[in-house]
Amino acid sequence: MPQPSEHLPLLSLLIFSPLLGAAVAVLLRSERALRWWTFVFTLAVAVASVPLYAWFDTTTADFQFAEHVAWIPALKIRYALGIDGISLLLVLLTTWIMPLCVLASWRYITTRVKEFMVCLLIMETAMIGVFCALDFVLFFLFWEAMLIPMSLLIGVWGGPRKVYAAVKFFIYTMAGSVFLLAAIVALYVKVGSFSIPETMGRPYSHTFQCWVFLAMFVSFAIKVSMFPFHTWLPAAHVEAPTAGSVLLASILLKMGTYGFLRFSLPITPYATHVFMPYILWLSVAAIVYGGLTALAQTDLKKLVAYSSVGHMGFATLGIFTLTAAGIEGATLQMINHGVTTGALFIVVGIIYERLHTRDLAKAAGMGKTLPVFATLLGVFALSSLAFPGTNSFIGEFLVMSGGFAYSKALVICMVPGVVLAAAYMLRMLQKVAYGDTRNPDHSLVQDLSLREILALAPLLVMVFFIGLHPEPVTRVLHASVQHLLEQTSRPAGYAYVPLP
Amino acid sequence: MATPPPQDIRLLLAVLAPLVGAGLVIASGRRPNLRETFSFVAALTLFSLVAFMVPDVRAGKTLHFTLFQLLPGLSVSLRADAMSMIFAVSASFLWVLTVFYSAGYMRGLKEHAQTRFSACFALALFGAIGCAFADNLLTLYLFYEIVSVCTYPLVAHHQDEESYEGGRKYLTYLTATAKGLILPSMVLIYVLTGNLDFADNARTGILPPDVHRWVVTALYAACVLGFAKNGIMPLHSWLPSAMVAPTPVSALLHAVAVVKVGVFSTVRVMLYVFGVERMDALNLGLPTAYFVSFTILLASIVALSKDNLKARLAYSTVSQLSYIILGAALLKPTAIEGGLIHIANHAFSKITLFFCAGAIYVATHKKNISEMSGLGRAMPYTFGAFAIASLSMIGAPPVAGFVTKWYLLLGALDARSLGIVVVLLASTLLNAAYFAPVVYSAFFGKPSAADAQHHYHEAPWTMVVPLSITAIISVAIGLYPDFFMQFARAVVP
Repeated sequence: MPQPSEHLPLLSLLIFSPLLGAAVAVLLRSERALRWWTFVFTLAVAVASVPLYAWFDTTTADFQFAEHVAWIPALKIRYALGIDGISLLLVLLTTWIMPLCVLASWRYITTRVKEFMVCLLIMETAMIGVFCALDFVLFFLFWEAMLIPMSLLIGVWGGPRKVYAAVKFFIYTMAGSVFLLAAIVALYVKVGSFSIPETMGRPYSHTFQCWVFLAMFVSFAIKVSMFPFHTWLPAAHVEAPTAGSVLLASILLKMGTYGFLRFSLPITPYATHVFMPYILWLSVAAIVYGGLTALAQTDLKKLVAYSSVGHMGFATLGIFTLTAAGIEGATLQMINHGVTTGALFIVVGIIYERLHTRDLAKAAGMGKTLPVFATLLGVFALSSLAFPGTNSFIGEFLVMSGGFAYSKALVICMVPGVVLAAAYMLRMLQKVAYGDTRNPDHSLVQDLSLREILALAPLLVMVFFIGLHPEPVTRVLHASVQHLLEQTSRPAGYAYVPLP
Repeated sequence: MATPPPQDIRLLLAVLAPLVGAGLVIASGRRPNLRETFSFVAALTLFSLVAFMVPDVRAGKTLHFTLFQLLPGLSVSLRADAMSMIFAVSASFLWVLTVFYSAGYMRGLKEHAQTRFSACFALALFGAIGCAFADNLLTLYLFYEIVSVCTYPLVAHHQDEESYEGGRKYLTYLTATAKGLILPSMVLIYVLTGNLDFADNARTGILPPDVHRWVVTALYAACVLGFAKNGIMPLHSWLPSAMVAPTPVSALLHAVAVVKVGVFSTVRVMLYVFGVERMDALNLGLPTAYFVSFTILLASIVALSKDNLKARLAYSTVSQLSYIILGAALLKPTAIEGGLIHIANHAFSKITLFFCAGAIYVATHKKNISEMSGLGRAMPYTFGAFAIASLSMIGAPPVAGFVTKWYLLLGALDARSLGIVVVLLASTLLNAAYFAPVVYSAFFGKPSAADAQHHYHEAPWTMVVPLSITAIISVAIGLYPDFFMQFARAVVP
């Protein structure tokens, strides 16, 4: 497939057009116009991202749609962009989640609508930028740029403890970023370049690799909200407005796992092998821990938030099995979690808009009067517990088969987490869709409006599309994952020595 | 790789019929007659499609249909072979009768949420037929889980404390075992073999010969216990709790669809994933047979102690299901035939018993056996059918259950296992001990003083006709076992 991207800087357009949209939004007066403008604009960006998939060459692992411009020549900092199969999927997820976020905030956000929409659009720029950047400075810029609008989303439009949650989020992520920055500087000192592809596959010393790996690991693990670095996540999720929770779950968490795939594995392959067993067992702990805590929650948002900890455990586990099945499964799991958990947060937002509570007991029995809502909730809950035929099943299946390649004990220890996922999701579904209908009385609550159905419908389609026909999604991954594995595979000179 | 077999559209249509039926039932909203018509048409369509496939399968053909290709070696696909037909024919035929019966029952008792009830019923059949026609472990697992989820609203139908509790237990047992045992086993089998397709015969299985024997044994144990719908002790206790459901649910789902999905899946995996030769080589057969013997005997003893009729039937089901697994576990042709044919035999007889229990409840609002003394004279058809079906459970000729016991005994002798012969004989005595008193006291017992005042009548005809038909069929397949037997014979290598 010919790529017209040489003449058309598609990635730059995708990254910076939301800023333009934000600039226009600043000029708009009425809230109605603001909502419509942001919705139409984000939808246009989403449509504009489709050619990335259409023109994507699945036969090569090279970075595609690449753009290179010298930026600060004195420090060899370049404006470099490009995507491979893994980032392609994450960019598409980002662009398509955005209009749904706007739809989900339509009624939810009533104050400072303009500022809210501007924050959303700046977020979009930063998120797409993170997944496309091929220069460390550019990457770090987008990585940090995301922090401020996200903190604002939580801190301004959030719930009762919004300031606490926003500050906690900011401090955690900032602390992680410092480690990332240290790793970037260390690599620059060694390589003399900020170019990400140039730092890959270099014969760094073992000690150096381990330190760089650990520094990046702290940063990414916080972002993934990997157990035990997850404590900022429930607070942020509970307080954030619906759109904030959706972005946090669907996109922001993925940046951590993306970081593992883009940096940790190819840049420090030796250290990856050294730390692999620890991270695998940490992932198993996350899966079980996430399941146990989710089972104990009565707050719907906390329940979904802790389920995220478990689901991201699957992603990290898949990545660090260092098998093709594991990494493809992990990438699928990242997309699936974005689709399913994003949808679940929208659903919880729908409950909150109607009942002004997120208490599981008070939301009991909504299925009787809201059949459409209950059906959609059912599908997303089943998808979340990896019901066969839905998207998460494929991801979990691949991750598990990758896990078996590493060790049977690992998978056996992770099974309780899988069972717990079914337990807490079915418990939630049973209560909300099928619970006692007399108390509380929901007979006056309205079923879903067209806007809400439209916000959930694309995600519903994706649940079954990926679940029953994953080939179009996995197709773009094969070459990139294969290349990644080659980069990570132990070079002949490597001997396994224990950590210094 | 061989050329893919031709796609047979009848399989797809058969699986879709109950699904479309469920959709139409939901769309019919609050028009009960239209709703019942849709259910009936869906059931009849399903049965006709299944019947339409019978001649081809009888001729030794295996029909295929691939729905979705998920990953290499991993697909959602359907097949109709001899073993599927035993289950598909009985389940689809009994659905037709149950539609009539449940219309009578639900209207007779003016139950709530009848649309949800009918829709979930059809969805449960969708799952059951899918299991019958599953071509690989993944498809089997998919439909198995669909049955679990779609029957939950049926079990918890009354939406009171007791039914929520029963439903919770039901879902916990079934999903925990499926997720905790079947899913990891399935992934491991996929990792070991590269696909999950069932073998095309019951002999060889699909596991490569170099897999370590302990891995195979662990997988086997996980698969036998993991399909917890098969009611093997100690994972059986969801079944008696699920009897809080309305009787038509107990009848079709817990005597036919749900539990049969469990045993069918277990036997399917035993024969078509592990294979007779592998099980024989690793000596997995007899231990399994003794393990389920424990269930056969213990469940019968528990049944003796139950006064609630449905609870007694539930424990009888637990006991009888293990006959099917016992048959397969003996690994002898006659035993496997006996086990497989019991899928159909038990279905027709047990549904009769449940139909009777429901008819008695609708006519008299009695649930306990001790209160049924003398009722046989007021309800001769119902208790007559009950008597016939009891004989089948006991294994008396010429009713269906006798055929099962005959072949199982032959198989046990074939396997030179005196222990199993003793188990079969002891369980026959126990069956007689808990069924005979019910029939005896109904016909020859003295009605209580209060009952003597009442003039009880038979339940509505929509209930009596189906239970009479199933009782007659129980006798018919006892006299002419060949229809199901030919399929069972075709399964055995």
